[in-house]
Order: sequence, then C-alpha cells, then structure tokens
Amino acid sequence: MSTVTSSTEPAAAPPVGAGLSGLSRGRSVTNSVMTVVVYGAFLLALVPLAWILWTVLSRGYSLLLDQNWWLTSQRGITPRRVGGGAYHAILGTLVQAAVCALIAVPIAVFTAIYLVEYGRGKLARAVSFMVDILTGIPSIVAALFIYAVWVTTFGLQRVGFAVSLALVMLMIPVVVRSTEEMLKLVPNELREASYALGVPKWKTIARIVIPTALSGIITGVLLGLARVMGETAPLLILGPYSASINTSLVDGPMAALPTMIKDNFGQALQPATDRLWASALTLILLVLLLNGAGRVVARFSAVR
Amino acid sequence: MAQRIDVKDLNVYYGAFKAVEDVSMSIEPRTVTAFIGPSGCGKSTFLRTLNRMHEVIAGGRVEGTVALNGRDLYSKDIDPVAVRRTVGMVFQRPNPFPTMSIFDNVAAGLRLNGVKTKAVLAEAVERSLKGANLWNEVKDRLDKPGAGLSGGQQQRLCIARAIAVEPQVLLMDEPCSALDPISTLAIEDLIDEIKQQYTIVIVTHNMQQAARVSDRTAFFNLAATGKPGRLIEMGDTAKIFSNPTEKATEDYISGRFG
Repeated sequence: MSTVTSSTEPAAAPPVGAGLSGLSRGRSVTNSVMTVVVYGAFLLALVPLAWILWTVLSRGYSLLLDQNWWLTSQRGITPRRVGGGAYHAILGTLVQAAVCALIAVPIAVFTAIYLVEYGRGKLARAVSFMVDILTGIPSIVAALFIYAVWVTTFGLQRVGFAVSLALVMLMIPVVVRSTEEMLKLVPNELREASYALGVPKWKTIARIVIPTALSGIITGVLLGLARVMGETAPLLILGPYSASINTSLVDGPMAALPTMIKDNFGQALQPATDRLWASALTLILLVLLLNGAGRVVARFSAVR
Repeated sequence: MAQRIDVKDLNVYYGAFKAVEDVSMSIEPRTVTAFIGPSGCGKSTFLRTLNRMHEVIAGGRVEGTVALNGRDLYSKDIDPVAVRRTVGMVFQRPNPFPTMSIFDNVAAGLRLNGVKTKAVLAEAVERSLKGANLWNEVKDRLDKPGAGLSGGQQQRLCIARAIAVEPQVLLMDEPCSALDPISTLAIEDLIDEIKQQYTIVIVTHNMQQAARVSDRTAFFNLAATGKPGRLIEMGDTAKIFSNPTEKATEDYISGRFG
C-alpha cells in the first residue's frame, strides 16, 4: 500500500548530507508501472471468481429460499416439471464425505505422526514419497482403481461406500501433509520438557504434541473434506445418480450434489436448468460452510 | 532425597562427532555445581547426558558411566524414562505447555505419570509453586494459561513443574539467560533455597552468577573449533575464582578470552 503513496509524492528535495539523493526519475516510473501491473494482476484474478459467484448466486438463489429444496427429493419429478428438492443429494454428499473422513483421518493423522515423530531412514523416505505420489493422482484414476477392486475383482455393486473409498485416496495425502506441517510447528522444547518430566514418548505425543497442534490438524481435516466434497470423477465412475432418497451406503445408487448437477445438465428445459444452478449453489455453500467452520475452530482452539 | 553423581571417563558423541571427551567428576548431594566455559565447549551437551536427554537427539550416544548413588544410568537394565523421572531438568528458554493452565502445567508431570487423585495433585501443585516462589503471584489465577505469565514467572513455573515430580537431582541449562536481572535474582534466590533438598547442576555463561550461586565450579574448554570439549578443572567455587590451578581457567575467568 505504501508503495502507491510514495510513487505519487514529488521527488525529494536535493540532499543535505553526502551520499543522500532524491528519488530518481527512473525508479519512480518503475514503481508506478509495477504498482499498476501488480494491482492489475490481482483484479484480473478476481474477475472469474466474482463472475462465478454472481452467476451461481443470481441463478440459483430462488430455489434455495423454498424449504422444499432442503426437505424433499427429486423422486417422480421430470425435467419438465417444477418442484422437488435436493435433500437426497445433500444427504448423499454429506454421508459419503463423513464416511470418507472417518476412514481417512485416522490413517492420515497416524501417518503424519509416524513421519514427524518416529520416521527415520529409508522407510520414512519411502512413505513420504508415496504420499507425494498419492497427492498427484488424478481423481478419476483413484476412482478407476476402486472400480477395479470393488466391482471387477469383488463383483460388488456401485454404491456410496465405493465412492467414499475413492475419496479416501484423495483425502489422505491432503490431511497427511497438513497434519505433518502442524506437528512440525510444535516446538521441540515442549517435547523435551515432557521427556524431562519422565513422560514416555508416546504419552508426550498423545498428551502434549497433539493437543498443541490440534486446531491446525482440525483445520486441515475440514479443508480436506471441503475439497473431496466437490470431487466428481469418483461419482461418475462409482456413484450412479438416483432421484430418490437413499440412506444406505451399501445398497443401491446414492445421489450426490455433483451428480445432481450433471443430471440436470443438458436438459434444455427451464425447471432443470434452475435446479442445476440451485444445486451448484448448494454445493458451494456446503464447502464454504466447512471452510468457515475450519476457521472458527482454528480461532477458538488456537494456542495462545 | 538428594543423591550424588559420579561420572567416569565419559565421551559424548553426535553421530561420528565427538563433542565431549573423557570427563570424570563427582557431584555432591545438596550442593550447587556450576558448569562454565566458552560456547561450544560441550557443557550443555554434558549436562544433558546426566538425565539421558542427550540420546533424544538423533545420533546422540555416550561411552563411559554416569552413576547416580552408585547405579550406572547407562546400564542396559535402566529405563531412560525412569532416569528422567529421577533427574529433572529446567531449560534455557521457559517452555510451559501452551495448552495447559498454570495448575495443569505444574501437575503435568504427576498427571502424565498416572496420578489422578485431585487432593494429591492440588497439594503437589501448591507445594511446588511455593517451592518455586511463585505461589503468591499466581494462587488466584491457577486456571489461567501458563503462557500468559511473564518470562521470569514462566521460568519459575517450569522449575515448579520440574520439582513437582520430586526428582533427586535438578539440572538447569542456562536457566536465566532469557531473563532480566530482577527475574534472574529471583531464580538465584530460589536455587539457594532448594539446594537444601536437591542436588543442583547449573550451566551458565554468567560468571558472576556461577560465583554467586554455586558451591563447586567446573570449567570446560575446547582446544579448537571441531575438537571435543574437555573438563579442564573442577573445584570449590571460591578457589576456582580466586586461585585456579590451570592457566586457561584463569584466562577465562579474568576475561582474557571467551
């Protein structure tokens, strides 16, 4: 900010002391140009974001105001008809994400504890390398892998649980990396203080290190969750859409918000188009809510 | 309660690097022993071998014996966790547990070692905080975070935390180097009081402090950078500061180097 004001100030008066000189013309020109470039880039990056938000909000908000949107499914409602809601899809997204977190968080947190507190030598390097590879796996490849195991090998149906398993593969590396960073932030002095009291290492980790890093770990988990909730590829491969409410993860197709969006896409009928925007907005709101929750948790459990 | 320490032919390593060479010394119970010497001479490293904290660092290992009342701390059947319960430690920078209140900080050592009875904990916390001269300042806000205290209070909190588990020996690694003179004085008075009950070993860069608080002083030095540190001379503090045997000790104490 200060660079903006300094560029508009007139060049300083001739120097009094030796070696001091006014702001040179070349530098003030460069400063102005760079200021314009930096702010321009910032605004340019902001344009698509604001545009998306505005489009989704303006086209989707009206359906969300109706309580039926939150309480009913699309059962028996054709693309031509108005009405129905997204309850089935919201439920599916939340349940699949919750089950995914239930599996992924313990694995990821323990992996991170191993890497930071215990890992030495070859095995730790191998684990860390694997996590890096996992980070780079495209979501559709993770989905195909689960398909190969779940459907091809075991001959099971494409159900919500299979989607959760694919999401687990995508969530683990995110949570491992964020938890690792948080554990590394815990000062070594705290571990030593605990050892010096005659506390064993595992208890030091469980009672001193984890509580100190807890807010960061939770924030990382919520951000990871927000990321996998919008994943579409696993749903396309493993989670066929259904217009009715299905609470079972292991029986029958289970809807989710991304597949609901896709189902309404390309129908060229106004009621379906409205539902498309409304479900997109619902998904954005859910992710936003999780992000917000992450920030609140971080603020309130932060170590002072 | 206080116990003596006998160190014999101790070599201390970081991986392949020998940091301290061939130290033998005896530390008497109920005395304050000060370690002085230039930076990098291995006095802190040596101090950390007295409660097996040195091996917490990757590659840290020792050769030789450290005997507490005749029992070698490094013999195979000794649990390092039990050693640290017996030989407590106060660090250079105050390091209260940031997630815990003042009460919980002092109670941490007992609680994490399985003491659950409220009355026992409350009694130990009060006794330790009184022992650390901190009780009057914090008795009305025991439930407030320990990290909210001033630096000097935090360091006394850490001392209270260390003595709450009733160790036999208390090691102090430059406990005043991050504190102002008034807090330093408070800590020094405290050391003088608690030496009735504990064997205290203190590392310090402040020679006036060593002269003020200690009964015996050990001077460490190293021949050159990259060479291991050695114990040059150890004796009664009065003698070391007035009439040292070794030339290097005299040079260091009179400020001619280091």
